[in-house]
This record gives sequence, C-alpha cells and structure tokens, in this order.
Amino acid sequence: MTVSAQQNNAVVAELLSLHGKDRSHLITVLQDIQQHFGYLPRQAVTQLAQRTGISANEIYGVATFYAQFRFIPPGEHIIQVCQGTACHVRGSWQLLQELQQRLGIKPGQTTADGRFDLRRVACIGCCALAPVVTVDGNVHARMTPKEIALLVKQHSGKKDR
Amino acid sequence: MTALQQAFETAAQQWRQLEESKTPVFFVGAATCGRAAGAIEVIERLKNEIKKRNLQAQVIEVGCLGPCSMEPILIVHKNGAPRLCYGNVDPERISAILDRYVAGNDPCPQWALGRMTQGRIDGIGDIADHPMFRAQVRHILKRCGLIDPENVHHYLANSGYRGFLKALELGRDGTFDEVRKSGLRGRGGAGFPTWRKWQLCRQTASDIKYLICNADEGDPGAFMNRSLIESDPHSVLEGMLIAAFSIGAGEGYIYCRAEYPLALHRLETAICQMRRLGLLGSNIQGSGFSFELHIKKGAGAFVCGEETALIASIEGRRGMPRPRPPFPAVSGLWEKPTIIQNVETLANLAMILDNGAGWFVRYGSASSKGTKTFALAGKINRTGLIEVPLGISLKDVIYDIGGGVGAGKKLKGVQTGGPSGGCIPADKLDLPVDYESLTASGSMMGSGGMIALDDDTCMVDIAKYFLSFTQAESCGKCPPCRIGTRAMLEILEKIASGRGAADDMDKLGTMAQTVRDASLCGLGQTAPNPVLTTLRYFGAEYEQHIQKRQCPAFVCAALVSYHIDAERCSGCTACVKACPVEAILGERKKPHKIDQSKCIHCGVCLDTCPEAYAAIYRSSGSLTRYEQRKSGESKS
Ligand SMILES: Cc1cc2nc3c(=O)[nH]c(=O)nc-3n(C[C@H](O)[C@H](O)[C@H](O)COP(=O)(O)O)c2cc1C
Ligand code: FES
Repeated sequence: MTVSAQQNNAVVAELLSLHGKDRSHLITVLQDIQQHFGYLPRQAVTQLAQRTGISANEIYGVATFYAQFRFIPPGEHIIQVCQGTACHVRGSWQLLQELQQRLGIKPGQTTADGRFDLRRVACIGCCALAPVVTVDGNVHARMTPKEIALLVKQHSGKKDR
Repeated sequence: MTALQQAFETAAQQWRQLEESKTPVFFVGAATCGRAAGAIEVIERLKNEIKKRNLQAQVIEVGCLGPCSMEPILIVHKNGAPRLCYGNVDPERISAILDRYVAGNDPCPQWALGRMTQGRIDGIGDIADHPMFRAQVRHILKRCGLIDPENVHHYLANSGYRGFLKALELGRDGTFDEVRKSGLRGRGGAGFPTWRKWQLCRQTASDIKYLICNADEGDPGAFMNRSLIESDPHSVLEGMLIAAFSIGAGEGYIYCRAEYPLALHRLETAICQMRRLGLLGSNIQGSGFSFELHIKKGAGAFVCGEETALIASIEGRRGMPRPRPPFPAVSGLWEKPTIIQNVETLANLAMILDNGAGWFVRYGSASSKGTKTFALAGKINRTGLIEVPLGISLKDVIYDIGGGVGAGKKLKGVQTGGPSGGCIPADKLDLPVDYESLTASGSMMGSGGMIALDDDTCMVDIAKYFLSFTQAESCGKCPPCRIGTRAMLEILEKIASGRGAADDMDKLGTMAQTVRDASLCGLGQTAPNPVLTTLRYFGAEYEQHIQKRQCPAFVCAALVSYHIDAERCSGCTACVKACPVEAILGERKKPHKIDQSKCIHCGVCLDTCPEAYAAIYRSSGSLTRYEQRKSGESKS
C-alpha cells in the first residue's frame, strides 16, 4: 500500500486539528497516524514537521525510541507472540521458533507475499493463560506449536493438508 | 438535587433490582483474560439460547473475578437461590446449565466453583471456602468480577465515591493525615511511603501541580493493573481525585500502555461518566476543588514506567530518565511539582478514606500495611489475580492459593518483581511477602508479578531471559546499563550455549555489582537482580552448564538433543509431519530417526508424539529424560 501525498496531508491536518500542535501531543498524533496507515509514512512525518515546526529529525528521534512505531507498511495479518515471563516459562520461544520456520521470517519482518507480520510483544496481560499469541488483535490463549500451525493455515487462505 | 445525588439514588435502586430480580441474571467475566478464554463466545451463546427459549433474562458483562485458569467464568442469579459461580464454561455447558439449573432443579455442582451469596445448595460451598479464595483478603478486588465496569451505578451502589466525599469533608490536610496514618506504601515497586512523597509536594509552593497515574505495567508477566482497570476503573479514578485534592493538583494524567486496549476503553468510558456526574471539571461538588483528567497511551517502552522517563514521554519526548533529585514531587511534569502513583496505590486511597486508616492498618505486617494484589502465573495449577494481606508467607500463596505445581513436577522457585526482582528458591518459601523480606532475599516486591518455576525451568535461561529483556529495554543513556547489561548477557549466552568458562560466574557477579551501583535509574540499578539471585541460590546449575555442558532442565537448546527410541516408536509419522524443518526421517510403521544436523531443538516432536508411545527423549550431557511434555491443555 502506498499512500498518496494528498491522503497524507489530509490525515495529518485532521489529526493536528483534533489534538493540537503542541509538543506534548506529538506521540498521540504519531499513534493516530500509525493507527490510520498501519505505519508512519515518510510523507506524513514530513507533513507533521512542516505543520508543527518540530523538525523531522526530532520527530524520528522520538518515534524510533518507542517500540510501537513502524516505518514500513505492515503485512495483512499481524501475529504477535508474547515473550513475557509467564509465556516464556511456558514455552513461548517454541511458538516463535515454529512461526519463524513456517513463515520463513524473523520477528519484525513481513512475509514476501505480504500476508503476515511476525512480532514479539512483551506481555499483553493474559499471563495466567500463557503462552499467548495474538492474530490481528485477537488473543489466543494456551497455544501449542500444533495450534500455531493451524492458525497460520486459517489465515493463509489455504486448505488444511 | 445534584447529578451525583441523583445517581446515588438510581444506583441503589438498580442494584436492589438486580439483587432481587425475579428473572435470571447471568454475569460473564469478560476482561481480556476472560475473552482470551472464550467469554465472548459464551455471551453470544447465552444470548442466543435465551432468545430461543423465550426467557426473560439479563446478561451482564463483568470484569475479572481472578481465577483466570478457570475462565470463562459465569455467575448465575436465579430467583430465590444464592448466586452460583461456574468455571470453565463453554457453549455446551451454557446449554446444560440453562436446561438443568435455570429451567430445572439441578445446580450442576460438578462445574460450580461456589456460592457467591448466602444460602444453601447441596454440594456447593461458599466461594470463600474455595482453595483459591480461602487465604485471600479481597479489598482492592472486592468489586472485580461482580459489577459491570462500564456502569457507574454499579460502582456507586457499592460504596463508590464515598471515599472521595469523605476526603472533601476532611479537607486537604485531614485527607493527608489519614493517608499518613495508614502507612500506605507505593504499590508500583519501590514501596516508598505515599505520604512522604505527598508531603514534599504539598510543601513545594506552585500554582500548578500535577498528578500522574502510572498504568504502564511494564513487568512482562504481570497484569494486576490491567485487570483492576478493566474490572473496576472508577476505583482508580476515585483514588486520583483524592490524591489530587490533597496535594492540590488541578490536572492529572493516566499513562496506560497501548497493549491494553480494553483498559484504555474502560478508562475513557469512566472519565465521561465522571464528567456527567460533576466529578471532574471546575468546582467539583461545590467544594472549590477543580480537576481535569487526560489519558496518555504508552508507546511500548519499559523504561517509561520509571517516573522521570514517564514524564519525558508525556511531554512528547524520548522516554529517557534523568537523575534525581530534584524529585518529581518538587519538579516534575513541565518542571511543576508532580506526584506519580501506581494504579493500585491509588485504588487503596478510596478504601482508606472510606473506612479510615485504623481499618487499613489492621491488615498486613508491621512495616507493610494493607493488602496487595499479585498476578499468579507460570508453572502453577491455579493462575490468576489474587489479593492477600502483606506478610503472608510465599508458601501459602503458592500452595494454598495456587495449588502448587503440576503432577509429577517439583517447585523450583518463585520469581517476584519481574526484571527488577529475583528468583526465590523453593526452600525459602517461608519468607513473608513484605517489602523488607523480599528485598533482603535479593528479590523485591515489584508491582506484583509472581511466577512459579518448576524443574522444567532452567535458571540460567531465566537469568538470560530477563537480561535480554532489560538489555533491549535499556534506553542507552548511561553506560553502565547500556554496556553492562550487554556484557552480562553475552556471558549468559555463552554459558547457555555450552561455551562457559570457569571464571564466568565470578565475572558475572562483579559486573552485576557495577551495573547495580553505577546506573542512572532503577532499570539499570535493578537489572542485575535476576542474575544475582540465580547465582546465589542456583549456583550449582550454572556450574553444571559450565563444567558438564549440560542443562538439567533440558531447556538450553544448544545443550539438548532430541532422539527417538526405536523400541518405543510405532512409526505413526506424527512427528515426521509436525517437524517444521523436516529433520525427521522415516516411513509408516518403521521407527523414525532425527537428523541431528537439521534439528533446531524446537521440541515440537516431543509435543506431537502420542502419549501412548512417548518415544522421544532428550539428552543433555550425561543426562537423559523421557516424557510426554505437557504444553498446557490443548483445546482441539
Ligand atoms: C524501569 C522501571 C520501570 C517501572 N515500571 C513501573 C510500572 O510499570 N508501574 C509502576 O507503577 N511503577 C513503575 N516503576 C516505578 C515508578 O518509577 C514509580 O516509583 C512508581 O510509579 C511510583 O508509584 P507508587 O509510589 O505508587 O508505587 C518503574 C520503575 C523503573 C525503574
Ligand atoms: S507473559 Fe505473556 S501475556 Fe503476560
């Protein structure tokens, strides 16, 4: 997905009028831009810099500090594997390994067909039901490598073998 | 009559109607954990069945009652009978409960956790006698799982906002005195007396002061704050009103992690309700006290739980901590006096004001007053959110409430305090859970994460796990933390991969001291704790890794290999199909074999091999282990 310049302008302008140009709203505005586009398009950051007077350099400085922000378009489905303590001791590293193998990518990457994003997350607060994986925000509790493989299949639009 | 007075009346009425309802009422625990366990499907099924049967009934979404391992949880109100609580309900059980109990006379005791209200039902005891609840003292959690968190009337009908009204009566100083007398200490980790912080802030002259609620809950493996906000958001907001009133803050922020969407949603809803009831804005309830509240979403940085980093983040900057003093209470957000309190600390305030400091100090130990919530997780039978009086022994928590470890497993230790805490070995479980004892053990109270570890947990791996977490989350500002955590992690990785040297343990110990003493903020200062405690209590396990190149828990992948016992293998090809790297060779009905050069030690084959054969074994050095590893109950 590429984002046109007009789209960028419109979104940034609207968010700024909603939140205000004040520095303290920078992170909130960035979060909303990402919510809209799935990532922070370079154009949007440039726009934001022009409209707020905060330099693009400075904005990237803030954005890169926080794990939440992404700078490339995300895949179609986002798989997050919890790497919190409770999930770790219940074998979440196995799940991550299984996913890496199945998808052929490392955490933080997107599959070549653009279908999946693989991410780690440090605890989503469902520790009592560890290990936990989320797909597009839906929480799947007490996962096993077997079920992971199924989940991937369900979301690849391919039939079970 | 003010909007609030009116709401109190409506609330009392609504609640009474619910209690005396002639038609059935179903309460479903639908906090994030409940949803993960299938609560939404349960609610759908419930609504469909009600429609199908033409029943007059209500379904109410409540928060989390606590026993997450028994979720989804359903509480059933039937006219004339005590309310009954059921665990592990699924769509099928819903139908059965509707048929047999709601329409019939069988209360299905086999699925019941207990009675929630007074009365008698054969075969179902009081929930307070359930092993998970017996040792608990639920004050902070008293409404969790029982009220609709999005209905402010439910909060008002259950002593909601009474503490704040009491504070207004007592005045700013009187409120401060009450908090001082309670001896309340911060629940976010360090346990600093709340009143001392307030005193400093109150003494600092400034026309603008801020209050911040720290809902960043960065400890990976803890969920107390999430659960409380999702289940009873007003209790935290009421605490904010009380604190702001007493310190003289006109504006407040809630800094909540973005990973908690439901909690954020509940906070927004609750804040709107407060506005409508005149509990926010100017001249609240005619008291002359004015207060505004904003929500700030965290952006995924653990260090932002540290108070000075959190302030930087709210100001829209990189979340880097700064040296203290000056303390935020003197110079914080935009250099104005700022009080930062943890979610649970704030929730305590409402109760302290409502019931009095004298009531509060009746619970807890000499130096640690009150109760504390803990997120019980890891290798333990009953997981969930619990609340206990401070000073209770770890043993009572792990064995009575948590039900101990799984069959055939041995408890190895308990991790408290997350990445800042440490591992307490199983033979020290008599330790009372209070600030001083936990610190003396080398761990710390932390915010309430408590993770049980069994003999399938490798302590070198645990140390490595936490260090890789803190190393990745180090903001990089100060060298001891930035470089020290990396150097320590490298040694741990070496040991875990069987390349450890004889002096590595000493090196680790020395580095740990340096990082602890020289780091700028709490992140670096406490990052060595998981290493120091494992070295101290589980040194032998490190030595095994270093000298014998073996991992007794069969966790460290480089030290473990997987094999197939040809005599046990039936040749079912289950593992052949499951192996993600096609490392298993074999045809149907012939024993399979693992190609060691391809194997990535992921353990999938071990999980896949049918229990009847259990043909796969692991070896590490001279150790071997056969077993069907359990990986949670699978829900096929
Ligand atoms: C690295 C680091 C992370 C922290 N994370 C949290 C957190 O997630 N929640 C919290 O309440 N306090 C956290 N703290 C402690 C806060 O700095 C602060 O002490 C606390 O919020 C004060 O509130 P309290 O007195 O009510 O506990 C953290 C501290 C450090 C050093
Ligand atoms: S550790 Fe995985 S959800 Fe908390």
